[in-house]
Amino acid sequence: MGRSAAVAGIGATIQRLLLRPAAKAVLFATCLLPFAWLFYGAWADRLGANPAETLIRNTGDWVLRFLCLTLAVTPLRQLSGWHALARFRRMLGLFSFFYLVLHFLSYAWLDMGFDLDAIVRDIPKRPFALVGFAAFLLMLPLAATSFNRAIKALGAVRWQALHRLVYAIVLLGLLHFFWMRSAKHDFGEVAVYAVVIALLLGWRLGKAWIARRAH
Amino acid sequence: MHFRPDRGFTHLASSEITPRAAYAQRRDLLKVLGTGIAGAALAAWAQRDALAQAAPPGKLAALPAVRSNLPGAIVMDKPTRLADITSYNNFYEFGTGKADPAQNAHTLQTRPWTVAVEGEVKKPKVYDIEELLRLAPQEERIYRLRCVEGWSMVVPWIGYSLSELIRRVEPTGNAKYVEFVTLADSKQMPGVRWRVLDWPYVEGLRIDEAMNPLALLAFGLYGEVLANQNGAPVRMVVPWKYGFKSAKSIVRIRFVDKQPATSWEKAAPSEYGFYSNVNPGVDHPRWSQATERRIGEDGLFARRRQTLMFNGYEAQVGQMYAGMDLKKFY
Repeated sequence: MGRSAAVAGIGATIQRLLLRPAAKAVLFATCLLPFAWLFYGAWADRLGANPAETLIRNTGDWVLRFLCLTLAVTPLRQLSGWHALARFRRMLGLFSFFYLVLHFLSYAWLDMGFDLDAIVRDIPKRPFALVGFAAFLLMLPLAATSFNRAIKALGAVRWQALHRLVYAIVLLGLLHFFWMRSAKHDFGEVAVYAVVIALLLGWRLGKAWIARRAH
Repeated sequence: MHFRPDRGFTHLASSEITPRAAYAQRRDLLKVLGTGIAGAALAAWAQRDALAQAAPPGKLAALPAVRSNLPGAIVMDKPTRLADITSYNNFYEFGTGKADPAQNAHTLQTRPWTVAVEGEVKKPKVYDIEELLRLAPQEERIYRLRCVEGWSMVVPWIGYSLSELIRRVEPTGNAKYVEFVTLADSKQMPGVRWRVLDWPYVEGLRIDEAMNPLALLAFGLYGEVLANQNGAPVRMVVPWKYGFKSAKSIVRIRFVDKQPATSWEKAAPSEYGFYSNVNPGVDHPRWSQATERRIGEDGLFARRRQTLMFNGYEAQVGQMYAGMDLKKFY
């Protein structure tokens, strides 16, 4: 009895903390840390022998990480009952997009020198790049409809259907990473992301299946 | 202006690489440019290189060598910094990350070390590394190194032509190919515990490629013996082929009559062919091979440079591939 009350107390405290106005600011600053580190590293020449590669790889890593965090919000919220977590989903999703833009820009700039012709020739030539670029294109409408008035204009049902594209995006991202690493026969990290993404998507499939059976 | 951390080297022969007049002229030009704002940025960049020249040498044993007079053996490109050459490596026996070999290769024991030279030869022999070191005069050669991943370096290697060794063991008429085998000891090489590749690492050359004087049996770089992460104590350097063709830490050189099954070809035959000559016209599925980034020299925002056919060694090696369809034999 006393124990469950204590647990409930902790839960309520966490909820309260999550609802604080400062929580969003703290999260925002935290999400900018990888960017700040890469920016400083590029400026101070601390990114190793091949800084362009470091930038492209690292921004790509952060896209996958932020996509996983975004997709973790709903399962975590429902499992823990901390419904205040929902406040952070949009910001995490937009940070996924932010790092994806940085990832694409570092490729387009550092590898291709913003040579549009070269980029247009390069992407379709390499399936792995094509898949990554498709994920980038799919993310554009999601980022463009991330504000409240867009939700209102589209209607919640259509908006939600559109934003289910995130499942395709994360799978394309995983395939992109897998293909990149397959050249090196190095699947350790890919496997970690695959398991995390499988859990996040599997949980949703499970919920949908249970909901259908209930009807 | 801000100063970058000094990660440089001392290169004893630097004045021989770029004629003094040429670099003096370049510095004058930089001074002129230095008057403008853009010039100030350039001058800072140039100063970074000047600082690098004054850095102390590495800490490995010296390996004296004479300058090679073989045609094509000394490129005019500026050598990559020792710090970059020893910290940015593909050597999967020590991990798949570029920084892993520098971190993990200290466990490699390079003495005692033997290299078995065997197969289709009249005089097979297990060479001790000390004997191999003295087999022929050690030469310094400054080669371009082009990685299949789209980056390149310029390395002042020390070694001698593999042909020196080949002649001494007298290949038979059946010796059509040469196979190189790298050490695969999980006690010394943590990466071997993961089956990223089918260990041991195996590479190969056609016998005429192996006999080409540019094919270098290397023991050192920058005036010192090789660092472990660079393939100590003895490795191949085949400058007109992608880097992975140059086996490191070699324990066996075998003369055979059939084309050897090489490690990367076995792992992904559609991506890595047996020949793997540097060829800007044949792309890798994941990387364009048309251009490359020169490590340490092409700044973050510099355009990538054009990759040269046979990595710029076409005059020396092109005739070996006359009549071959290089798109088929990639």
